[in-house]
Amino acid sequence: MKTDRVSEQIPFVDYLQLGDHPHLVANECTSCGARYFDRRNACASCFKTEFKKVDIATAGTLKAFTIVAFAAPGIPVPFVSAIVDCDGTSVRGNLTNIEPDPEHVKLGMKVQLTTVPVGADEAGTEAINFAFEPAA
Amino acid sequence: MASDSVWILGINMTKFGKHADKDTVDLASQAAMAALADAGVSMSDMGVLAAGCLMGGGGIAQQLQKQIGQTGIPAYNVSNACATGATALRVAIMSVKSGECDMGLAVGVEKLSGAGLLAGGNRKSDSPNWTPAGRYGAVAGTDGRIGTDTMPGVFAQVGMEYAHKYGGVDFDTFAKISEKNHAHSTLNPLAAYSKRFTLDEIKNDMMISYPNTRPMCSANCDGAAAAVVVSDAKLKTLSLEQQRRAVKISASILTSDPWQEACQVLPDVNTLTRRAAEQAYAQAGVGPEDLDLVELHDCFATAELVHYDNLMLCAPGEAGSFFDSGATWRDGKTPVNVSGGLQSKGHPIAATGIANIWEVCHHLRGEAGDRQIEGAKVGLAHVIGLGSACGIHILEKSAA
Repeated sequence: MKTDRVSEQIPFVDYLQLGDHPHLVANECTSCGARYFDRRNACASCFKTEFKKVDIATAGTLKAFTIVAFAAPGIPVPFVSAIVDCDGTSVRGNLTNIEPDPEHVKLGMKVQLTTVPVGADEAGTEAINFAFEPAA
Repeated sequence: MASDSVWILGINMTKFGKHADKDTVDLASQAAMAALADAGVSMSDMGVLAAGCLMGGGGIAQQLQKQIGQTGIPAYNVSNACATGATALRVAIMSVKSGECDMGLAVGVEKLSGAGLLAGGNRKSDSPNWTPAGRYGAVAGTDGRIGTDTMPGVFAQVGMEYAHKYGGVDFDTFAKISEKNHAHSTLNPLAAYSKRFTLDEIKNDMMISYPNTRPMCSANCDGAAAAVVVSDAKLKTLSLEQQRRAVKISASILTSDPWQEACQVLPDVNTLTRRAAEQAYAQAGVGPEDLDLVELHDCFATAELVHYDNLMLCAPGEAGSFFDSGATWRDGKTPVNVSGGLQSKGHPIAATGIANIWEVCHHLRGEAGDRQIEGAKVGLAHVIGLGSACGIHILEKSAA
């Protein structure tokens, strides 16, 4: 939907920080260093309740993946679901800008965070998601 | 033996497959009454009932009592993902161990024929206004946009993570595991599917979530399983025939996830299984080398591989070469899933954690017919429910 004003952007999840250098932000336990992307009542590792925000590395290594060929109606397939080791923090996301086949997607490959538009809502606000792509 | 031992006195599983003319209570009743008959006892002997039907609406224990006997005993409705059956059995075992009763009944049942994806099977349509919600502040459904919620996909990643960590494992390895289980199923008349597939047929079948093709995924089906457990003291008062056929529960273990870094984004099915295995071997006083057969939770071919390692059937990191050696075929060193496993026997969720024990008992009693593992004395049954819960039981043939 077109609007006269510049359309706003909103991160698809609140742990994605948009801007000039998009990156993920985790809640890190101030006591033991365990990291969580979701809101926590207490740390699952040490039970303490204080967390601070920490930036997550945007470069990582593909440590697991699957190429989903069969999913819920409305989800475009095939797509690559990935588990990426971002300098010691595991991140779940899609792999993008790559052919979704095992000849192109390789365990251990270097990847980097990128952003992908999800679409605009009725107010014209555009949701921006993150994904990983092969490192340049 | 220690007087606090608990034994399987009677056990039964229904045929797994399509039961269009039966509801979950029918199937549960059939398995429960057959287990009681196998045990040579009746509902009036039972001091506890624990039952599960994961996808049902709840209350299966009381619904079952209305069909097979309302005796006023404590009834527990159990829900613990794919470990529901094992958890129900453990509730009965713990009740007997506590001394509260000397016999108990555990039942698991599910109707899943024709069900598709059990998780990630649908995604809510996007709302007309992006509004952050939930613990991740997501403005819309994340399945398919931030990885996958589907079980074939999650367990595919579990297998690929192992492949990345240790190497020596590829698409063919996983497909060959499925080839083994489907071959084993041809000897199991109660399996939902008992068709042998060639490796090429498995590899070229419909891809669900690489590397899991359709035959490498557990089969949705209907089925029930039930077991009667008895205390050591009570067993001694029963007939010699009942004592001879009783199977000793040498270990009954249930674990949940200890915190691990990566388990926040990909379920870690490894750590809790390894811990459960360590505890089970210690409790039973046996080691993996003593096992004559293993029924493990092969919800997907990719899962079976990692559990060779988690159950310590092989050295750490060597699941690929262990499988390649032929060790887990029915004529190998450690036969795994001689029932056909979840990929062909089927996976009616809450029944699975008792059906795998039925399979092991069948061999320990020497009653497994064409698929009998000759001379089987010790077996292990393993299930895992995502979230996670891991149940392991080690069973031993009666000395009587």
